[in-house]
Amino acid sequence: MKVAIVKYNAGNIYSVVHALKRLGVEPVVTDDVTTLRSADRVLFPGQGEASQAMGYLREHGLDVVIRSLKQPVLGICIGQQLMCRHSEEGNTDCLDIFPVDVLKFQPVRHEDKVPHMGWNEIRTAKNGNWTLEDGSFVYFVHSFYVPVCEFTTATTDYIVPFSAALHRDNFYATQFHPEKSGAVGERILQSFLEL
Amino acid sequence: MLAKRIIPCLDVKDGETVKGTNFVNLRSAGDPVELGKAYSEQGADELAFLDITASHEGRKTFTEMVTRVAATVNIPFTVGGGIGELRDVDRLLCAGADKVSVNSAALRRPELIDEITNHFGSQVCVVAIDARQDDSGHWTCYLNGGRVPTERSLFEWAHEVQERGAGEILFTSMNHDGVKAGFANQALRRLSDELSIPIIASGGAGCMEHFRDVFVEGHADAALAASVFHFGEISIPELKHYLQTEGITIRQ
Repeated sequence: MKVAIVKYNAGNIYSVVHALKRLGVEPVVTDDVTTLRSADRVLFPGQGEASQAMGYLREHGLDVVIRSLKQPVLGICIGQQLMCRHSEEGNTDCLDIFPVDVLKFQPVRHEDKVPHMGWNEIRTAKNGNWTLEDGSFVYFVHSFYVPVCEFTTATTDYIVPFSAALHRDNFYATQFHPEKSGAVGERILQSFLEL
Repeated sequence: MLAKRIIPCLDVKDGETVKGTNFVNLRSAGDPVELGKAYSEQGADELAFLDITASHEGRKTFTEMVTRVAATVNIPFTVGGGIGELRDVDRLLCAGADKVSVNSAALRRPELIDEITNHFGSQVCVVAIDARQDDSGHWTCYLNGGRVPTERSLFEWAHEVQERGAGEILFTSMNHDGVKAGFANQALRRLSDELSIPIIASGGAGCMEHFRDVFVEGHADAALAASVFHFGEISIPELKHYLQTEGITIRQ
């Protein structure tokens, strides 16, 4: 199986490479259009700032490429947010694969620390065709969130209920980091590879 | 609910895990990569690898070990010890660390915190603070693994660290470290209640009740310990089961 990871100006891509290797897959990290289009699976992970990330993707024509992919695509963390319509972070127009706007967490109580960082529970909103285990804990690091919408497949409650995972057609996304979520996360990645 | 985190800390010297009592008398506890993997399989929520002698001897953290950890372990981990400049941070993040902790270098040059958070984001920057309380109740920050006192007080420094953009504070009470009589819950509670960033408690874990107390009384977001885990005095699955029965949100 050919697995490609989108190479762009976001951090923390290599933890996804390591996670895939632990599952027996040797991914390529690339911004080459032909390689991305011909891959069996594409992952779009990373940590970073939305306007800078989108700027880079546009400059390199990757925005058009990602939108047009037909194979299963998995966005992770900032990847999920960039797949939405717009982000409050840097007032950024994004890829508009999921027609929903990304918002910044607004703390209500002292305990509401931002970024939302650590292990939190997911509730599966509907049965998608990939494995998200209801009630399992996964690892989050983020200050912006995707509100619950018609494409939400799992929710997490932090300050407000938000989309922990999304699915539309061949596009999948998680706000959490499956590559850092222990055995649960490995099962999620494995299930994406087996779609 | 966001789960409280249990973090085994692996103090590393010459590629071996060590843990001292009150920062001296080191005992060996094995290969850090293997130990880290074992902890993650047991349910540890994060790992911390600290090159404890690095700032003392001016050595750089073991990048090669970090690379091996990143390839092996499937939970987040923090690396610290001997980080003096942005280049060190870049090297460790590229090797696969999720977060770095800075201590002495930040006390000597606080702008380092701004530089790290501006370049890599707040979430990668953990500021470790070693402090000792004197007889009058005043907390003083120490440099170089607790060897050199500074003019800084704990609470003043903690506020500055937050203002400069740090993502978390790892507070070690030198009075409690290695004594196994519980964490510095009063100081921790003040830190946690005054600040808006997560506080990781370190120093003093001796039994499972101490972990309950640090979350309930100390209001800590995470608890870090070393020897009680390394020498099997507390097993992580048992600890997490116990904390759950005590009503604390824990990842099982």
